[in-house]
Amino acid sequence: MHGFGAFLAYRLFRTLIALWLVSTVVFVVIRLSGDPVPLLLPPDAPVAEMERVRHDLGLDRPLAVQYAVFVGNVLRGNFGRSIHFRQPAMEVALSYLPATFELGLAAFLIAVVVAFPIGVFSAVRRNSPLDHAAMGLALIGQSAPTFFLGILFILVFSLRLDLFPTSGRGDWRYLVLPALTLGAFAMASIARITRSAVLEVQRADYIRTARAKGVGEFMVIAKHTLKNAALPILTITGLQFGTLLGGAVVTETVFSWPGMGRLAIQSIYNRDYPVVQSTVFIAAVLFIFINLVLDALYGALDPRARAARS
Amino acid sequence: MSRPAVAVATLGATRGLTTQHATHRRRVPWSILAACGFVAALAMLAAAAPYLAQNPERGSLRARLEAPTLQGADGRAHPLGTDHLGRDVLSRIIYGTRVSLTVGFAAVAIGGLVGGALGLIVGFYGGWVDEVIMTVADAQLAFPFILLAIGIIAVLGPSFRNLIIVVGLSGWVTYARVLRSQVLSIRRREFVDAIIALGGSVPRIIVRHILPNVASTFMVIATLELARAIVLEATLSFLGLGIQPPTPSWGGMIHEGRDYLDSAWWISVFPGAVLMLTSLVVSRTGDWLRDVLDPTLRGG
Repeated sequence: MHGFGAFLAYRLFRTLIALWLVSTVVFVVIRLSGDPVPLLLPPDAPVAEMERVRHDLGLDRPLAVQYAVFVGNVLRGNFGRSIHFRQPAMEVALSYLPATFELGLAAFLIAVVVAFPIGVFSAVRRNSPLDHAAMGLALIGQSAPTFFLGILFILVFSLRLDLFPTSGRGDWRYLVLPALTLGAFAMASIARITRSAVLEVQRADYIRTARAKGVGEFMVIAKHTLKNAALPILTITGLQFGTLLGGAVVTETVFSWPGMGRLAIQSIYNRDYPVVQSTVFIAAVLFIFINLVLDALYGALDPRARAARS
Repeated sequence: MSRPAVAVATLGATRGLTTQHATHRRRVPWSILAACGFVAALAMLAAAAPYLAQNPERGSLRARLEAPTLQGADGRAHPLGTDHLGRDVLSRIIYGTRVSLTVGFAAVAIGGLVGGALGLIVGFYGGWVDEVIMTVADAQLAFPFILLAIGIIAVLGPSFRNLIIVVGLSGWVTYARVLRSQVLSIRRREFVDAIIALGGSVPRIIVRHILPNVASTFMVIATLELARAIVLEATLSFLGLGIQPPTPSWGGMIHEGRDYLDSAWWISVFPGAVLMLTSLVVSRTGDWLRDVLDPTLRGG
């Protein structure tokens, strides 16, 4: 276990460096993208007023000084004040997080609940018409562009069939289409990996042994197969959770969902640096955290992984 | 071991590695042939666009928002309808092919060159360079690339060239990671040590012995990346950060048609359908290549 602990510590160290890199790149890119002050003041504001605002925001100092101030502030958990909302930036970003979380969780749950049984079924009834149909759909789901899928869902289920609202956030009916759109890719990937993982395990000697000693087919699948197929499924599932965060940016824009992804895009247009920093920081922390949990789970579930990695 | 003996052993090792794929070769299924035909047809459409299509940037006010028709109000055929400015949707899709394919292939070339070179180098040399490059790769994977793409384009301004650079750089990590691990495993084989012991130079080892061994992996990634690059370009254009109007691009067309989805669905749906089909067909070909050339990459 010592080796695995060291491995996790090493991962954590790399993670911190990655976080630092991410925030530095975002700092540089955003600062280069232009001056936010003209967007804040009326077009006829006097130059002196613009200079005053610029000074208040610290934008008249050299870039290196701004960066030093930024790093110092971040280390103290201070991400500055939003230029647009005139509130602490981290508070703004966090206030948009529940909407994204709701959407992401719904998408993830739909994906897993639909994809896992389909994957197992496809493997058990390999080469049946239903298997072919399911895997064909999964292929389409994996290659369909998220934003176009959203547009198609709006066209068919909102405008034509009038089943769900086209955009915004409210009761559960508002959640259905964005969650399906966001979850489609994950659903397709999880279904495919589940199928191939189950097929892989079914070739193993211990499955033949189980059958030979008279274990019922249901128990062979439920106990012997799924337990051993769990690892690759878990990995892909966790990775999908990470990519959901990226997909949320596009999905939230298509459905005008008031989440963090849409906030990030709008803040880039508004040149609201502190808010962009905060959203990217939150996204990176979430993604990295999920990967660390996966690593830990992986090690806990499979002794071979511990040995191989440390 | 005497020199000739080592040389023969080395030869055997490399030959064994490079020819082992040949035995996998089977008949190409019709679906893959159809997929290649589809991409070839797209490329020809893109090249012959001026001869096949109407002017994609000039509309007719008399023929605005026309449903698919062979006899439009302006006297011309619009098999896929017209948009809000009376421009022919089919013609714009044909011209949009140019954007998608150019950005797609150019981005794959950039990503492959940068990622492939970095993967080869860090795989072979390891050490602190490896640590640095792989940390950067982790960092890039750690947050939604689309945000970085938007930020970079906001700085550089939306243009064809910047779009290619951004989409290209979005993909280097995959090449670098996979090629790195492949090189690491080849690097450990005895024939590499033997060549070094015989005084072979490292660049020569990379070119002569490692490149041929990773070429098939590279092809697989490049094909899968092509599908991703085309979709990313369309996504950025959809968000208004890629190709700027009035130049037609599939993503831009889907964006423009969004406001008319209820009354004129064809503006968004047809370019979207072509985009989806292209993405499906290219990634399917990539999957097939992977199964044939490199079964170790399977999964996902």
